[in-house]
Amino acid sequence: MTNIPETGRTPRVQIRLVVIQILVLSLLGTLGGRLWYLQIRNGDEYAKEASGNHVQQVVQPAVRGSILDARGVPIADNETRLVVSASRTDLLKMKDDGKAVLTKLAGVLGMKPQDVMEKVRLCDAKTPQPCWNGSPYQPIPITDEATTQQALQIRERSEDFPGITAEPEAVRRYAGPGKSNTAQVLGYLSPVTDDEITKAKDSESPYLRSDQVGRNGLEREYDKELRGKAGVTRYEVDNLGRVIGKAKADAAEPGSNLVTSLDSRVQRVAEYELNEAMKKARQQYDKITSEYYKADSGAVVVMEAKTGRIVAMASAPTYDPNVWVGGISAKDYKALTGKNSDYPLLNRAIQGQAAPGSTFKVVSTAAAVEAGYEWDGGYPCTSSYSVGGQVFKNFEGESFGPISLGRALEVSCDTVFYGLADREWKKDGGINPKKGEPKDYFFKAAHQFGLGKETGVDLPNEVTGRVPDRQWKENYWKANKDAWCKTGKKNGSYVEKIAYENCLEGNKMREGDEINYSIGQGDTLVTPIQEAVIYGAVANGGTMYTPTIGKAVVSPDGKSVKEIKPKVKGKLPVSKSTIKGMDEAFAGVVTRGTAAWKFGGWPQNEIPLHAKTGTAEVYGKQTTSWLATYSKDYTVIMTIAQAGTGSGASGEAVRNIYSALYGVAADGSIDKSKALLPTPQKGLPKIQKDGSIDAPAISKDPVKDLRAGETDDSGKTDQQLPAGTTPSPSGTNRDTRRRTARPKKRRRMRILT
Amino acid sequence: MTGANNFSVSGYGPERAGWTRLFARDSLARRLDWPILLSAIALSMIGSALVYSATRNRTEINQGDPYYFLIRHLMNTGIGFALMIGTIWLGHRTLRTAVPILYGISVFLILLVLTPLGATVNGAHAWIVLGGGFSLQPSEFVKITIILGMAMMLAARVDAGDKQYPDHRTVLQSLGLAAVPIMIVLLMPDLGSVMVMVIIILGVLLASGASNRWVFGLLGTGALGAIAVWQLHILDEYQINRFAAFANPDLDPAGVGYNTNQARIAIGSGGLFGTGLGHGSQTTGQFVPEQQTDFVFTVAGEELGFVGAGLILLLLGVVLWRACRIARETTELYGTIVAAGIIAWFAFQSFENIGMTLGIMPVAGLPLPFVSYGGSSMFAVWVAVGLLQSIRVQRPMSA
Repeated sequence: MTNIPETGRTPRVQIRLVVIQILVLSLLGTLGGRLWYLQIRNGDEYAKEASGNHVQQVVQPAVRGSILDARGVPIADNETRLVVSASRTDLLKMKDDGKAVLTKLAGVLGMKPQDVMEKVRLCDAKTPQPCWNGSPYQPIPITDEATTQQALQIRERSEDFPGITAEPEAVRRYAGPGKSNTAQVLGYLSPVTDDEITKAKDSESPYLRSDQVGRNGLEREYDKELRGKAGVTRYEVDNLGRVIGKAKADAAEPGSNLVTSLDSRVQRVAEYELNEAMKKARQQYDKITSEYYKADSGAVVVMEAKTGRIVAMASAPTYDPNVWVGGISAKDYKALTGKNSDYPLLNRAIQGQAAPGSTFKVVSTAAAVEAGYEWDGGYPCTSSYSVGGQVFKNFEGESFGPISLGRALEVSCDTVFYGLADREWKKDGGINPKKGEPKDYFFKAAHQFGLGKETGVDLPNEVTGRVPDRQWKENYWKANKDAWCKTGKKNGSYVEKIAYENCLEGNKMREGDEINYSIGQGDTLVTPIQEAVIYGAVANGGTMYTPTIGKAVVSPDGKSVKEIKPKVKGKLPVSKSTIKGMDEAFAGVVTRGTAAWKFGGWPQNEIPLHAKTGTAEVYGKQTTSWLATYSKDYTVIMTIAQAGTGSGASGEAVRNIYSALYGVAADGSIDKSKALLPTPQKGLPKIQKDGSIDAPAISKDPVKDLRAGETDDSGKTDQQLPAGTTPSPSGTNRDTRRRTARPKKRRRMRILT
Repeated sequence: MTGANNFSVSGYGPERAGWTRLFARDSLARRLDWPILLSAIALSMIGSALVYSATRNRTEINQGDPYYFLIRHLMNTGIGFALMIGTIWLGHRTLRTAVPILYGISVFLILLVLTPLGATVNGAHAWIVLGGGFSLQPSEFVKITIILGMAMMLAARVDAGDKQYPDHRTVLQSLGLAAVPIMIVLLMPDLGSVMVMVIIILGVLLASGASNRWVFGLLGTGALGAIAVWQLHILDEYQINRFAAFANPDLDPAGVGYNTNQARIAIGSGGLFGTGLGHGSQTTGQFVPEQQTDFVFTVAGEELGFVGAGLILLLLGVVLWRACRIARETTELYGTIVAAGIIAWFAFQSFENIGMTLGIMPVAGLPLPFVSYGGSSMFAVWVAVGLLQSIRVQRPMSA
């Protein structure tokens, strides 16, 4: 050591030591910087990731509320099925990932082990169905059709089946009480989509992946009320998915029950009668098209006239709503929605629209009064009406001489309305009205009656119908004129000529347009529910109600009742005396008018009925039949497409519905004990604290009960027609008449309808 | 060489007992480097808390006793502390003479690992199982042997005053001395330890004053070796993944990528003050593998936050800073080289260990000095502390 200088070292070593020191410090500095970057700068991000890492949700689905009829009979409820589920986290803890347990389970359930394992595997890009799409922490259902025997085997030997549960679970059921169907009104459920989950994420009622969502009908309209709130338990889990703590638990809240104004028995009768009427129409021969009537679709609405509450609503063709339960098969789905289906999902009572035919005259009559025409004035009901070389004929060339508006309505005299509409058209300035506003009484009245827009019924996807006023013609022409002007030829073929005409003046209200419109033909479209609102208003003295099916939302324990009160939509633009006049005229239709041949023997004094028939022309198809009727309390509207006249196609059916409501026998005697609903159902069914519902028993098939005392009912009714009533219209005459009398007008209409 | 006689340098008679002398006034205790000692104790204590937090729920390894690892960590620290005292007692100069024996023992032990007595943990066949839950990782002691051995050879001529710097022949001989155990460790294969040993050689050569050619030559050889290893597929696939996945966890999402990702989440979620000891969800949920050993720093990051993790860095900084001072202040080259070797070892191992949890270094199975659970590692670092203290205590007083 003595040879070493006091400084101890050479400069080279000294310098290198300093270099080492600097290196060491910079390494530490690097770590410090990186630490700051991770913890302080990006800390929040990682904190979020960490919380997503260790919290898992387990969902207990909420029981969906029931849909009840006015008396408390469940139309849609839940049935308990034994669901066998497997917990993946439990299975994965086993040495063989639960293979042995699943194989044993397959044996108990009578399934192939392969099938069971496929149900439990998780879906990913490479795994085809069947596989589990939901959360891996959610018990995975293996079957929902386990027998009690199987469930007991699994439960009693739970040590043999770790991670397997057999629990009763609620599954939607459309009960169809008393053979009623109510399919389109109820709608259906299907699993929630990813889009909906994302959209509803931050809303008041977010969806869970396991949720079923109402897709149509009441299930959709009242989805929020019916759905309830699923219970969520958040577990803290470790890296293997083992639960290390319970973070938060919200118990499931069952959905509320929806009490409707529907009456299952009346619903069944309405459905049955609609179907029968269509079946009978198909046996009738249509002379115009030279084939039997197709009667391919129809609808019936039974509404309380004084509240707008729907008692029954049927649409044909129909389907069994239970096909949706537990997931619809591809085959069934195609049958319901495919190109070759008859679209049974459509609720034709609110989504079917057609020209109203003569049922529209209630609007025209009101318009005439509004325009200043005296009710009792003498309006010539001639056999035909000529305009500019065109002849518009009356019904079978009948003439009644000068008659009042009421009588014109009762006998459905077309020429009276032609004349009134034509005069108004001329007053408004003809084809080129003056700069000032044309009065357009006839179109204004239609809007005031609520046509051309939804009634607001508590069902989704209602259609508006159409009032072919000047505004609509203008828009329609703008949308189509290019095509018309391109293909139109003055002296070309039939279609080309129409296109030529439309190109020139399709935007104008032509004389023939307004004349046609006045009797409900042409471009006018209405829905059965719109007619129900109008005729219901006539029945109750002029108040239009928004139709409703929902009557109350009642909490599962029956404690909280949220009533849905009838909503006044507006008043008919008619005076009390006019309504009285109309009322008398409609009663006349039943006693001596166009519907009389179907209502012979009806106890009109005890139960006064009112009706208006209609037969609307549709280009290229058979006529649409309409029958709008009302009693003191109810409005019944029935329409059947391609079925001939209103009275011919629906007369018996509608009569039978009234018979069922009031307990009227075929011979006209009234048996109150048989009446299903002589006065509208008041009050709400009682729901007990435990969720059970006081509902009256419902017979297997109300239709059969009604028919019990009768034999060969329908045939008899026809034969009991008293002599001297108005002869039956053949159901084809209207068309025959128009086809021959006004070929030019017809053509234009054909293209437009 | 003067050997143990220098112990009496402070003026106390040889008749005094060692313990008394150690704590007597104005003597050895005053010469001890207290910052290093206190920092090392503090790190070991923080380590025991972190190890406890990481293992109290791991029933599959703690035999149902939440304190199992805590007690063992404290025991290891105690044994390490005793080894440090023993090292100071003997002095680094005495150990210099014992280098051939130590060298022989270490080589024997690592050879033993290659026999059926050795055990494989995490792909590295680097352990000797002693029974009773104890096992030995001889490569930890090889690090000390290499430092002492190389320092002895390189400093011999210089400290004798013959030469200013070690000549090429000496350097070559010292490299040969280091190469034998390194090759054996490479066979295990314990790559992490090999990396540390190469860095130790670099530090030793730098401090010895050996020609620049040797320093750069070693760096170049290291680089070439790495390329060769990579290109010739000497490494197993899992080892390559480990290297690549630290930068891109997606390369190996279920393996190393998972580790680094979870480690980063754990540390990142700690924020400024952390979740509090025992309250880290990542730690409680055992999302980070090997959390009591190689990934112990993630517990600090999550539960103690930037403040706690920063404190560990600071304490390591104190140890290294003081070690650098010791290296510079001692007048004999032997002490300088030993200190520099220890600095290179501690610095690299700490940087690699923490760096991999932070995602800036590839994942390698290296413990964090003082903090990680593990007996062999704990003993080795405390012996190293003893060596540092010995160098400081025994340096000629420059009064």
